[in-house]
Amino acid sequence: MDFLILSLIKAAIIAFVLLTTLAYLQWIERKVIAHIQLRVGPYRVGPHGLLQPLADVVKLITKEGVIPSHVNKVFYLMAPFVAVTLALISIAVIPFGPEITIGPVTTWMQLTDLNIGILFVLAVSSVGVYGVALGGWASNNKYALLGGLRSSAQMISYELPLALAVASPLLLANTLSFRDMVNYQSGYWLGFIPRWNVWPEILGFVVFMIAGFAETNRVPFDLPEAENELVAGFHVEYSSMKFAAFFMAEYANMVTVTCVATLLFLGGWQPPFPEPYSDFVPILIFVAGGLVALYHGLHPARRMDRFTLPATALLFLGIAAIFGVSFLVPVLKTILMALFWFCGKVGILLFLFIWVRATLPRFRYDQLMRFAWIFLFPLAMVNLLLTGLIVALSSK
Amino acid sequence: MPTSVPISWYLILSAILFGLGVAGFIYRRNVITVFMSIELMLNAVNLTFITFSYTLRQVDGHIFSFFVMVVAAAEAAVGLAIILTVFKNRETLMIDDVSSMKY
Amino acid sequence: MTALIFFLFAAIAVLCGISLVTQTHPIASALSLIGVMGSLAILYLQLGGEFIAAAQVIVYAGAIMVLFVFVIMLLNAGAEGTSLQVSNFAKYVGILLLAAFLGLISFVIQAMLPKTEGVVFGAFQGGTALNIGRKLFTIYLLPFEVTSVLILIAILGAMVLARKEI
Repeated sequence: MDFLILSLIKAAIIAFVLLTTLAYLQWIERKVIAHIQLRVGPYRVGPHGLLQPLADVVKLITKEGVIPSHVNKVFYLMAPFVAVTLALISIAVIPFGPEITIGPVTTWMQLTDLNIGILFVLAVSSVGVYGVALGGWASNNKYALLGGLRSSAQMISYELPLALAVASPLLLANTLSFRDMVNYQSGYWLGFIPRWNVWPEILGFVVFMIAGFAETNRVPFDLPEAENELVAGFHVEYSSMKFAAFFMAEYANMVTVTCVATLLFLGGWQPPFPEPYSDFVPILIFVAGGLVALYHGLHPARRMDRFTLPATALLFLGIAAIFGVSFLVPVLKTILMALFWFCGKVGILLFLFIWVRATLPRFRYDQLMRFAWIFLFPLAMVNLLLTGLIVALSSK
Repeated sequence: MPTSVPISWYLILSAILFGLGVAGFIYRRNVITVFMSIELMLNAVNLTFITFSYTLRQVDGHIFSFFVMVVAAAEAAVGLAIILTVFKNRETLMIDDVSSMKY
Repeated sequence: MTALIFFLFAAIAVLCGISLVTQTHPIASALSLIGVMGSLAILYLQLGGEFIAAAQVIVYAGAIMVLFVFVIMLLNAGAEGTSLQVSNFAKYVGILLLAAFLGLISFVIQAMLPKTEGVVFGAFQGGTALNIGRKLFTIYLLPFEVTSVLILIAILGAMVLARKEI
């Protein structure tokens, strides 16, 4: 019973945080793309557009959910359900931090640790193809069918380089569970270079990120759901909450891919330089951010932001104070540090996803498939062979 | 409902699934459904292998099951290519209509 | 708990199997087969086959069935009509005989194997990727290499059969 209640509490926390993150990830994406394109993005709904996700959710819920008469009803309703369920399940095996002890309870910051954790994530992403394929086919629409078929063919083609790029750090760490993978990457060479898998496996990391872009149907691989090329592809016949489900599934897949990349290649929740010095980094970053926001907020040239920017500055300084206070409470310090480094790395990779979306044009479909089968798959295989050769030669 | 499951019930489940696969293979007319009944039979056999591997506490049954999966994958690829070719030439997916070589 | 999981997923597997055989539309049959494979993966997990359960979902449900679903969508296979050649009497007698045969097999099986100990989740710890890899690359190396040649032949055969004639 103890284990069950603990798991329920952890599941509730993770689900709540994940769903809020998905909503605000859309806000971040719109603001970042807007600033890259020299405009402002959502600005009016709430301070700096912060209530825009809420407005979008209300709009999507209250919109009329039209079910066209020519669709195959069972599969039409099942497709977004399958897509969203599978996209949210793979967070269950992601560890956010080390073992912590709160009072009498000792637990890891992870919902469950399977000793086939990586295979579980691969399996869930393999079955996630059905949400797209069924959605495209059940809509009984030429464009939706084409978009759905192209998207599922793209997803299964890029699963191969993804799996091979995942297999290379597995050879180094000799384990399939995420917890042991992160523990393998602890420690430092020469006292200050972290033993992350990205240094020996830089090729594998690049292949994994490219295949991750294609798995989640993001630019430059988003032809199957391009708004201006294929009339939005496989979700053209979906409205209101069903469309929101597909959207949420795409962002959840993005979060899963970046979390797995962080755990496999970037050392998970471990800091990039040794412990006593890296504890001050969050405090420094938040204090610097707070001071910059305060300076810009009190500047007389910015009259419209004279309340919101100082409020943001106070928020950042408050977070820095929490980090400072946590030095006195060791368990809080472990939790906050692990979360800071993990979310920092995941945040950098998500910013990379958004940055690429704002910058690169999209591939044509045959170029996309040729890139997967003729370039990326042999590259991933060569990487795996080299890794295997070096591991075999160095373990005599 | 008893609280423990004897190992023979897994084999009975496997036999039931195999029987259903045989029924689908014999009764259905659509060639793709016939093919899927063959896959159901292969899955039932996989369950038997894993059950006996548990009974004997050895991992060899898992390896047999792995090879069954690999062979099923190869067979599905070639079989579906054959179905596509037959469809291109005969325009039908019903196995009763592909009977031009019957007496 | 073990019994609850077994009964639940065995019931789901049998129901999906019956739905596979009785549905008219091939896509519904394909989705029922995916349901069978998913519930069988849970049963493999219960019997200690964790790697095989993951391989079942990745390879069978995630790749082979996607191939089936693609072909059904591309060929635009519709719902099957009624057949003119199999008489209803033969169908019902066949189902009865199948049920009788399965009953006989079940009786023989459960009389053969010991009834005393039940299946305990965790009693077989040897299904890890480590053990499978060890045996696969030492004792069963020849079948492994032969199946890789088999897959190569299957890829070539599928490409030759399905390509467009110019």
